Amino acid sequence: MELKTLIKADRVSFAYSRKTVLNNISFTIAEGEVVTLLGPNGCGKSTLIKVMLGLLSPLSGRIIFNGENIAHMSPKYLAREIAYVPQIHKSSFPYTVMDVVLMGRIPHKTFFFSYSKNDMNIAVDALERLSILHLANRAYTEISGGERQLTLIARALAQGAKTFIMDEPASGLDYGNQLRLLDQIVKLSREGYTFIKSTHSPEHALWVADRAIMIKNGAVVADGACDNVISDENLFHLYNARVSVLKLNGSLRVCVPRTICGCMELTGSPQTNAFHDLAGIPEDKMKKNIKASHHGRISEKDESGVFSNKRPDG
Amino acid sequence: MKSNLFFPVMLFILVLTAAFSMTLGKYPLTLNDIGGFFLFKIFGAGSMEPERYQLLRSLLIDIRLPRIIAAILIGASLAVAGTSFQAMFVNPLVSPSLLGVLAGASFGAALGMVFSKSWVAVQLLTFCFGFVAVLISVGIARMHKGNTILLLVLGGVISGALFTSLLSIIKYIADPFNQLPAIVQWLMGGLSFVDRKVLLTAGIPQLVSIVLITFFSGYLNALSMGDEEARALGIPVEKIRMFLIFLATLMSALTVVLAGIIGWVGLIIPHAARMIVGPDNKVLVPASAFIGAIYLVVVDDVSRMLFNVEIPIGITTSLIGIPFFAIILRKAKKGWN
Repeated sequence: MELKTLIKADRVSFAYSRKTVLNNISFTIAEGEVVTLLGPNGCGKSTLIKVMLGLLSPLSGRIIFNGENIAHMSPKYLAREIAYVPQIHKSSFPYTVMDVVLMGRIPHKTFFFSYSKNDMNIAVDALERLSILHLANRAYTEISGGERQLTLIARALAQGAKTFIMDEPASGLDYGNQLRLLDQIVKLSREGYTFIKSTHSPEHALWVADRAIMIKNGAVVADGACDNVISDENLFHLYNARVSVLKLNGSLRVCVPRTICGCMELTGSPQTNAFHDLAGIPEDKMKKNIKASHHGRISEKDESGVFSNKRPDG
Repeated sequence: MKSNLFFPVMLFILVLTAAFSMTLGKYPLTLNDIGGFFLFKIFGAGSMEPERYQLLRSLLIDIRLPRIIAAILIGASLAVAGTSFQAMFVNPLVSPSLLGVLAGASFGAALGMVFSKSWVAVQLLTFCFGFVAVLISVGIARMHKGNTILLLVLGGVISGALFTSLLSIIKYIADPFNQLPAIVQWLMGGLSFVDRKVLLTAGIPQLVSIVLITFFSGYLNALSMGDEEARALGIPVEKIRMFLIFLATLMSALTVVLAGIIGWVGLIIPHAARMIVGPDNKVLVPASAFIGAIYLVVVDDVSRMLFNVEIPIGITTSLIGIPFFAIILRKAKKGWN
């Protein structure tokens, strides 16, 4: 693959006073890649993201963007290239969604500025691309978490950057909004945007990312295509969690905790047929089974209910 | 209200309020008198007896006009300083006194009144200690690593407490017959302290600061989203914040130089303005300036006219501000959690 290297982390280390948080981290990210950072709480993901954004200066090593050390780039210039999409938050002031998206135009403004017609058009365009133009005049404090996350992505689009760095974008979102967020990431990555995002959900990486970088105790422990890297062993090593990575039809994979898998006798073999079966069940039958499990066993023995799918019509 | 009509309307209300305030006083005048006087003075239109001209001149030019201009400048300065502090400290509950400028300036004024006979020295000390207090806050915040906003707030608490204690010492050692009453009156604020020469020296930096903060108001929106986001939006956060703190301190310290301590304006006017024009700082900053100016002119009228003796304006602003704040709390808290 002859992809252009966009970001290169070159032996980056960082420490808060005496506590080492990042230890000699190196990797490269190509243009257009969707990269997921995985790792347990406190592993240094967020710190790494801040270092990549230039918010923290590394103790040693450097982050190179397009061949240039970001330490030597002005915040303004960097902001035109890399957009930060933070976790959803509540603003202290009820700015309209439009106001928030317009903030993305700040790096394109001179010292004293007001927003031009062009800025307005760009902001409207960004809202339209995420299908949230109808929210433009609503207060940012009064829309839902999912809508706030989309607003922050719209702001990143308005910023004109082609690289998005997201710190756990799915956290605090309900299930539906998480999926819609992933949809947007897939959509934008097809348009050529580069994504670097951290997540606590390996499945999100399996579904939308090309590549996963696993970080533990401030060091990269695995780096590669998601399908190769996100494995039972690696997840156990990373999270100390016993998980089976199962392959569905095609190349799609899901993670299922072993405690739940236990009843399916899946031990050790991720590519069992169980989930081929599941994926092969016609939709109406699936519904029926779900209904059955609703009526029946929703207690501590629910696991078996969930996997009653294994025995169709059983 | 259409935003392109808002500012002309505000300007009109301000001029109207100012003109009306000129008529008020121990020697009542009508708007006609005032109009006639200014037409005569500026354009030489109409005629006026020399005695009446002298009387109107001393009433309007020497006494009432400086006072009203001071009220406009002080009201606008405190409101703009408050608005920018609320945005940059990401908290709608802070006021310009957050970093200790008013405490420092109070101490400076008291120090001058006790140890110096010269009024200029008092004013210089007021101004300087306003800055010293803020420098101490910033210095304390700089000594530690971590959340800058929180550290600045804590630095302000420390610095404010320090200068409040120092002020107590000065009050304690002040001569209780002459100096202490003067200090106490100063701390209650009053536009009767205003004199024309000082107004000129203080007014220009205040105006410049208001204009500069208005220019920077687009950054305030981003700063109020937190340091990291602001920085990721390409804003050199520390530089801009220090610059804005400098401007706000300059304006606030000068209000104390002009008229002593006038509380609550910097806290409630930004709220009131936000209720009218919304939270976007690009509109909010200039709107606060106008509303603060109008408010202080009106409150000064009330202070002058309500009773036979003038009530210190700091008391009036508090008495009006406190219930107003209690009322708007309900509405304003929407954006806080």
